[in-house]
Formats: sequence, structure tokens, C-alpha cells
Amino acid sequence: MKTLASSYPQEIRNILSKYPPGHERSAVMPLLYLAQRECGYLTPQSLEEIAGLLHISMTDVASIAGFYTLYHDRPGAKVRLQVCTDLPCALRGAEQFFETLCENLAITVGETTPDGLITIEKVTCLAGCHRAPLFQVQSGEGIRYYENQTVESAMELVDQLRLQERKANP
Amino acid sequence: MSQPPHVLLRHRDIPHLDQMEVYQAHGGFSALHKAVTTFSPEQVILEVKNAGLRGRGGAGFPTGIKWGLLSEDLWPHYVVANADESEPGTFKDREILESNPFQFLEGLALACYAVQANLAYIYLRGEVWEIAQALDRKLSQMKDAGFLGDRLLGTDFSLHIHTHLGAGAYICGEETALLESLEGRLGQPRLRPPFPASCGLYGKPTVINNVETLTNVPVIVDHGSAWYRSLGTARSPGPKIFCLSGHVNRPGNYEVPLGTPLRKLIYDLGGGIPGGRKIKAILPAGASSKIIAVTDEEVLDTPLEYESLAGLGSGLGSASIIVVDETVDMDWLLKKTVQFFGHELCGKCTPCRVGNRIILDILQKMDCGEGEPDDMHILRRAAETMDRASLCGLGQATANTVLSTTKFFLSRQP
Repeated sequence: MKTLASSYPQEIRNILSKYPPGHERSAVMPLLYLAQRECGYLTPQSLEEIAGLLHISMTDVASIAGFYTLYHDRPGAKVRLQVCTDLPCALRGAEQFFETLCENLAITVGETTPDGLITIEKVTCLAGCHRAPLFQVQSGEGIRYYENQTVESAMELVDQLRLQERKANP
Repeated sequence: MSQPPHVLLRHRDIPHLDQMEVYQAHGGFSALHKAVTTFSPEQVILEVKNAGLRGRGGAGFPTGIKWGLLSEDLWPHYVVANADESEPGTFKDREILESNPFQFLEGLALACYAVQANLAYIYLRGEVWEIAQALDRKLSQMKDAGFLGDRLLGTDFSLHIHTHLGAGAYICGEETALLESLEGRLGQPRLRPPFPASCGLYGKPTVINNVETLTNVPVIVDHGSAWYRSLGTARSPGPKIFCLSGHVNRPGNYEVPLGTPLRKLIYDLGGGIPGGRKIKAILPAGASSKIIAVTDEEVLDTPLEYESLAGLGSGLGSASIIVVDETVDMDWLLKKTVQFFGHELCGKCTPCRVGNRIILDILQKMDCGEGEPDDMHILRRAAETMDRASLCGLGQATANTVLSTTKFFLSRQP
């Protein structure tokens, strides 16, 4: 089985070198991101490996993964489409945007499209209130912002993502 | 009249300011060079104190005084830049980090020199993953140019700066929760005292400053505190970025001197309210605001500075002005805001955890028309307890919302 240490030796060294000796525990969050890179969620094996690398308990690592919303402990869709519906965005129509987008995707909040490609979620403030409606797309490759959106522009993006997916896995 | 040049959002006047050579061609790093080669650390602190710079993250604490509080008996010192911008309605630090990053990084380096810290971290919210990658590249450019690293610019001072990504937790904007998170723990606030100035990161004296605060520092060192004080008001000096959102025609960041009237920001710069509707309420400090009811047009003549907003029973906070027009139901706004804090609270202290639940239950009951005569009283009592007894500002923020919105619907009280 592939381990983080065998897949990303250089990245792990770089991460650990950021923190002073004796404070390796600080590396837990960057290592969790690394573990999530490949399949978009954290496997029990990766949590155990991180605990071993940092000499802390598996419970500690799992509680940190559970506390922060950008870590996921179960497989989801390839991409998570995360719409902000907080107050400033809601004042600019983000709730209506979210509902209509859900209808277009034929799923509701937290659900995944039948092709397994997209999970739609509501998230809290993304620091883009002046360009609402907006959402971020989280995948193993990172996070990207899409601002000043309409349902049409969001659905165009969905079509593009589906096309990419078909090309990558015909 | 044309706008005076920007001091913080300089990239709006100078294209490609995020490129190192452009930043240098426009005076970039001259403040750092001047400070490390000709100023003592104490002189840098004194200049920032004299400038009257106050923290732009929300608390408004004088920056120079904060730097002067670090114990000289305990080493090493650390500096942490708080780039965990997450307050609904706030999006100023993101623009600085994206478009004028070197001015922020130079300010961070100056703060480190002032308190003689050799290691600093930039704690960024996890969502701005692309910005963190860009900053990493800029930090290595600075190192190559001799502005960072061992014995920088040929002096005895060494400095290393690293980025650290959070992972989606509003609470980590609270400085002690941020430190816990940076140390690899749950982002839960610490009991204070001790304050970070004596016991911060890894138990050592630590300065934590907001991105915008640090971006002011190169300007102060470059042009001097007297010049800096020529901007803004005597009590609240300097430029300030206001994030304008909600019901305005031109939402966005606006850099204006502190003391600019609210009306000028909303109507002249922000283009007024869509459809010419009336303003019902202003949230001057994002979702955490003590909400200002605009029952009287005169409120709009308030100068935007720390003291005058406190005079209105509110506060400037991070200067995130959310405009709410007359079409909005304040019950909806209250519930939405309490739900936000309910989602983001960390669960460590009882007043905040339980108080939020009590308040939300009552609001839900009222929503279904099942409110009871005692409810308004319980609502206020819960909020007052949260205000007094919560471990950090998040509990107080919930209380702010409840206590300042009840005046909108007190008339409905049975």
C-alpha cells in the first residue's frame, strides 16, 4: 500500500522544516492537506501515518481533521461546489442562486450528482461578499474561486467539469 | 476632484505592483533597508507609536504599544500575521494579499525587526490556497534578493517567514485560537491572561497583527509618523480600507482616510442603494456588529472613526460595512447571523455554546408563531450572559447581534 512517506518524501521534509525543532506537531494541518490531495478525503491509514510521523495519538489527528471543515473523512464527489449564503451574499441573492442551482443539478444541499462528480454544499463567508453570488470549487488539486456568478455561468462550469472528467476517464 | 493616490491599495494606481521589480521601482523595500541599516528596533517601535496606527483587524489596539509589550527576558520572540480573514462582509486583506503582497510582506519584516523576531508565520484561511502558493513564491524571491534569510542586507539580523494554511474555521481569526491552530491543535481560544505578548506561540512572547495593519508599516517608516498623521483624524489617524457590501450599487473595497462620513462612503463611492430604496440598518463591523438602526438620516453623517461609532453604541471593528435596506426583515437577519455563529462556535465555553442554542430555539419558536410572553426576556438574558461570560469575542458577537436587533422588534413584544 502506498504511504505518504513513499509518495511525497520531499513535500513532507519541506513541511516539517517550517517549524522549530520540538514543535513538529504544527505540521499536522499541512500534512492532512497532503493526505487529502490524492483521493479528496482522509483515509484511516493516512491519519495513522500522520500520527506516527508527528509522535501524537491517532485520536488527536482525527479530532483535528474533524474540527476543520475543509478536511473530509469520507469519500465525496470529485469536486465540492461550495456556495456562500452568509448575510452579505444573501442580501445579493445568493440563497435564490443556491436553490436554482440545486434544481438545475437535480440534487439538494449536501447531495452528490448521480455521476459522482459534484457535491453541492453551503459554506460560510469566503471573503468575496462584493462579488456575490460566488462559490469555491474544492478538489484534491486545491481550491478555486468563481465570483459574480449566475446560474447560467455556474452550469457552464459544470458542463466543462463533466467534459474534462470524460476526457480523463473515458 | 481626483482621488488622492492610494496608500494601501497602491496597486490600483500602479499596475503589476505584485511583481517584485515593479514594487522596487516604486520605492519598495526602502523602508526595510532604512530600518535595518539605520534604525534601532526601539526607533521603529517609537515611529509606529507616534503614528498612532491602530490594529485594523477589529480590536483597534495601538500597534506600537502592542510591540512594546514583549518581554525582553524571554526569547525567542515570534510574529504572526493574521490573514485568516473570515468575518462576513470583510474582504480587504484578500485584495492586499493578491495585488499588493510585497508591501504587506515588507511590513511583516519590519514588525519582526522591531521586536527582534527571527521567525514569523502568515496564518491564512484555507480557502485562499492559491494566494498562499503565490506568497511562497514571493517569499523565495525576497530571500534571493537578500531581504529575507540569514544576516539580511548584510546586517546581523536574520529572518525567516513561512505561510501556514488554516482549514475552514472562523474562530481561528481570534488570535489565541489562531495560535492553538498553528501549534497543531483544535482552534479554540485560550483563557487570558496571559496574553500573547508574554505567552504566545510555543509559550513565547508573540506579536499578532492583521494584514492591513502590517501593510501600513512601510509607509510610516518611509514617510515618518508626522506625514502619516496628516491623514485621518487626530484620534484615528491614517488611511483605512472599508469593505462595502450588501444593498449598495457599487460594493467593493474603498480606501479613504478615517473620519470619512458614512454617507460619502455609501452614496458617493458606493453609488447609493439599488432602486433608490431607504437604508434600514448598517452593520459597520461585519456580522459581529452592534447593528445601527437608521431611523434618522443624521446617522449617515457619522464620521467613520473608532470613537464616533462607539458613541453610537456600535464599533468600527474591521470596517466591514454591510448595508441593509428597508425590504429586509430583521427577524430573518437576526436568525441568519445567530445561525452563522452557531455553526462557527468552537464549543469550548458553556455560555457561548449553550447561549447560542437557547437563542436559536427561541427564534425558531417565534418563526412558527409559537412565541411566549417570556421569550424576549430570556433572549436578552441569554445574550447578556454570553456578552459577560464568553471566553472570546465570538460569544460577544452573538450577543451584539441579539441585543442590537431586539430594538427593531420590541414593538411586537406581547
